[in-house]
Amino acid sequence: MVYSLVDTMSQTYINIKGTSDGLVIYVGAGDWNTLLTALEARLDKTPSFFRGGRVALHIGPRHLTAAQIETVGELLKRYQVSLWAVLSESGETQAVASALGLETSLAAPLVARLTGKPADEGGGEGGPPEESAILVKRILRSGQRIHHEGNVALIGDVNPGAEISAGGDVLVWGRLRGTVHAGAGGNDQAIVCALALSPTLLRIGHYMARTPGGEARQPEAQPSVPEMAFVHDGQIVAEPWRESDSLYGDWHSDLLRRAANTLSTWF
Amino acid sequence: MGATVITITSGKGGVGKTTAVANLSTALALSGKRVVAIDADIGLRNLDVVMGLENRIVYDLVHVVEGACRLRQALIKDKRVETLYLIPAAQSRDKNAVRPQDMIDVCDQLRPDFDFVLIDSPAGIEQGFKNAIAPADQVCIITTPEVSSVRDADRVVGLVEASEKGPPRLIINRLRARMIERGDMLDTADVIDVLAVDLLGIVPEDEAIIISTNRGVPAVMEDGSRAGEAFRHIAARLMGQAIPFMTIQERPAPSLFGRIARLWRSA
Repeated sequence: MVYSLVDTMSQTYINIKGTSDGLVIYVGAGDWNTLLTALEARLDKTPSFFRGGRVALHIGPRHLTAAQIETVGELLKRYQVSLWAVLSESGETQAVASALGLETSLAAPLVARLTGKPADEGGGEGGPPEESAILVKRILRSGQRIHHEGNVALIGDVNPGAEISAGGDVLVWGRLRGTVHAGAGGNDQAIVCALALSPTLLRIGHYMARTPGGEARQPEAQPSVPEMAFVHDGQIVAEPWRESDSLYGDWHSDLLRRAANTLSTWF
Repeated sequence: MGATVITITSGKGGVGKTTAVANLSTALALSGKRVVAIDADIGLRNLDVVMGLENRIVYDLVHVVEGACRLRQALIKDKRVETLYLIPAAQSRDKNAVRPQDMIDVCDQLRPDFDFVLIDSPAGIEQGFKNAIAPADQVCIITTPEVSSVRDADRVVGLVEASEKGPPRLIINRLRARMIERGDMLDTADVIDVLAVDLLGIVPEDEAIIISTNRGVPAVMEDGSRAGEAFRHIAARLMGQAIPFMTIQERPAPSLFGRIARLWRSA
């Protein structure tokens, strides 16, 4: 994006673009209240252009509280514009937005196109979007949704009715009992790991699996082991994460053997 | 020192919000606190019925909000308990008759003269719910030990957290010990396990509640009701007292140990 010198201040901070999914308002860095004023100025300039439409708000890495999102929603409402999505790189903001009933992504291919462009701050990760990762520390509750083009790591539980969707891998340091889709862009190589893997629906790339027998409803009878799910021979399989199964198994026993040998030479 | 505003909400309907508000506000008033109960379930009012004050309604919450009467005029004084008041909901209107800011204004007017304001939230997560939690200093979520109720409670916990009200506390209502023993009902631990919020109290299933709500005499007014006793304990916890949780049993423990334990508790 090249800024023209004749741009008004409002255009410097607020960029509005038309896409096939409607209007997207790009909010740059800077003081939030200044941005709100700038947005209002833009709306005020050509109210008929916006009237009756719906917009998505693209806020980059910025964190917004529920109150701040609602303020924007109310501002837009005054100009008869409805806010339907908040696109944020902050996992917490995504969760807040989804708790308010807003979408957190546009249609998947469109997001890929949009995030391919430099953001208004000119920042962003160097690599392709699927290699970026977000870390979220919270309980993902029923009705809340996290979507990210890259990998998602969550410290906390994913409760029934909650949803994680990731372009890459999903790692849950907690109990995964909601819905999860790894490799949502069609990547069948993606994996899902959880300390307790009992999702109501598990999807990897083009594949889909359910916890057998609706067991997700029942409290776990026995302490479960961490598991990893991946696609193998055209279906999703989940394997317990045990030391003996891991790559380190041989190395570990080898080390023990060597230690025992060393000890026996000492005594 | 101003009043503490506590909103009781649940998401799902029929789990005991109104019963809880009637009993907790009565129990708090019986302990000498000055209490107002507000029915925010506009269009489906019944807190007045449960509190036995239905035939004394002249003005309601919507009248106050619309300026048709002064706040004092809508305060119905309970005849049995000195320091207990009710602001009833309007029956002929709907949730859109009140905005969140109206609820904040009403509560701010009440704060100087009372110790507690308890708000009975409508079911659901729409306008009525938003009105009910807007003025809250604390939010109590009430759930029954059923999967559907817990699911809705989880959704509401997420919404309360997103509105920056601080972590809500939980009341588990209508617990049936014998069903838990048979493994037919979620245990307290199962509920806490999903919701991961602090427990405020456990209320056993009690037929006396049905009788008391029909008669308009909250169960806490009479001795001998297990549910009433549980609500008195919760009220005490709201006043900052540390009361141990009661063990829910449907018949007295037969063992010697159980009898000693009960004697010890009642001492």
